[in-house]
Amino acid sequence: MSEKDTGAVREELIKYYDGAERVATIIDEEVAFPDGKLIVSRTDLKGIITHVNQAFVDMSAYSRDELVGANHNILRHPDMPAVAFKGLWDTIENGEKWQGYVKNLRKDGRYYWVKATVIPNVRDGKLVGYTSVRRKPSRSKIVESEKLYSTLM
Amino acid sequence: MPFNFTVSPDFAPDHMSGWFYFNTWLQRNLETEIHLELFDSFDEQREEIRAGKIDLIYANPYDASMLVREHGFKAVVRPAGKRDEAVVVVPASSGAEVVEDLSAGVRLATTADPDVHTIGMIMLEPADLDKSNITQREYDTYILVAKALLRGDADVGFFLKQGFDELSDLIKKQMRVLVSSQISVVHHSLLIGPNMQEYSDSLNGLLVNMHNEPKGAGVLESMGIKRWESMSVEQTEFMIDLIDTLMI
Repeated sequence: MSEKDTGAVREELIKYYDGAERVATIIDEEVAFPDGKLIVSRTDLKGIITHVNQAFVDMSAYSRDELVGANHNILRHPDMPAVAFKGLWDTIENGEKWQGYVKNLRKDGRYYWVKATVIPNVRDGKLVGYTSVRRKPSRSKIVESEKLYSTLM
Repeated sequence: MPFNFTVSPDFAPDHMSGWFYFNTWLQRNLETEIHLELFDSFDEQREEIRAGKIDLIYANPYDASMLVREHGFKAVVRPAGKRDEAVVVVPASSGAEVVEDLSAGVRLATTADPDVHTIGMIMLEPADLDKSNITQREYDTYILVAKALLRGDADVGFFLKQGFDELSDLIKKQMRVLVSSQISVVHHSLLIGPNMQEYSDSLNGLLVNMHNEPKGAGVLESMGIKRWESMSVEQTEFMIDLIDTLMI
C-alpha cells in the first residue's frame, strides 16, 4: 500500500475514447500486486476482453463473466492520462510490442499498479488480437510514473 | 534415415533413462526408426535445431517459441499437470525477507535454463534489479546453484520449482524461498518438426492414450510424467505470445 494513500472516497466521471462514459467510485487505497503472479488477458482488435486468468479476476475484483465481453478500459483509472493509452494503441496497432506502467481501477474503487506488456497476436500472418501480461512493478517505477502521469493530465 | 529426437537439457537426471525407454516405446508403436540424442547444453542443442537436424523435441517453452515461429514445428502434447515455475531462493542466513530487500550488487547463481532465468529475473524486478546492476554466474545444475548459495558464493539463486523441491531436505533447510512464481500456463511440450508432420495425428493418438496401456504407463512413470494431454495450435500460440511478453 502506498504511503500516500488517504483512503478517501470520491465519485468521478470517466470518459472513454469511444465516447462512452460512466461515474465510478474511486477509493484512494492501493491493493498490492501478488508476488510471483502474472495477470493475463487477451482482447480482440477492438479491445474487447476474450480471455482472463484467475489473477486478473482476483485483482480486478470483477467476476470472469463480467470481464469477458467487456472493453478492457473497464480497468481505466481516472489518474491515468489519455495520452498513455493513445501511445499504447498507436504502438500495438502498428504491430509492435508496448510496455509501460499502469494504474488500474478495481471494481470496488481501489487501485493496483502493474508493469504491463501488450503484444499483437499474429495468426497466419494476420493480426487477430492482443495479449496483455502484467507483472509486479517496483515501488520506484510507480513513484516515477505517478509524477510523470500527473504532468500529462 | 531415422528421425532425430531430443529432449530439452533441463530434464531431471533421474529421468534420463526414462527418455530412452520412451524412444524405444515410440519406435515400436509408430513403426519407424527414431534416434534419441541428448545434449549437455542448450546452445549445442539449438545449433542442431538451426541446422535442421531435429525432427521431434521435448522442448522448454522458451525454445518452443523459436521452434514454432522460426522452424515450422507444431506442438503435439504436453505433460498433464506439469507447469514450469521458478523460485527465487536465498541462504537461510540471509537478511532478506522479501525480494524488495535485495539491493543492487547482489550475486546471482543461475542456470542456462532460459525459462527459469527469465521468470527469475522478472521476480527480481520489484527490487529494481536487472542484469545491469547484479553480478551473475551460470551453473550447470541446480545442485551447483544450491552449493553456491550454501558456500556463500552467491546471495540469491534461481531454481526450477521442481528442481528445488527435489533437493534433499538437508540442503533445502539451509535455504529460504523468497518468492515462487504462479504463472500456470508455461510448460514444456513435445513438438514435431516439418519432416515428420505425417506422423502428427498418429503420434497424438498414441500419446494421449499412453497412460491407459500397461507398458506405456510404466514408461511415463520413468519419465516423471502422469499422462500426456493434447495441445491445440491456439494453446501453443497463446503460450508463445505469453513468453514473448516476458522477454522484454
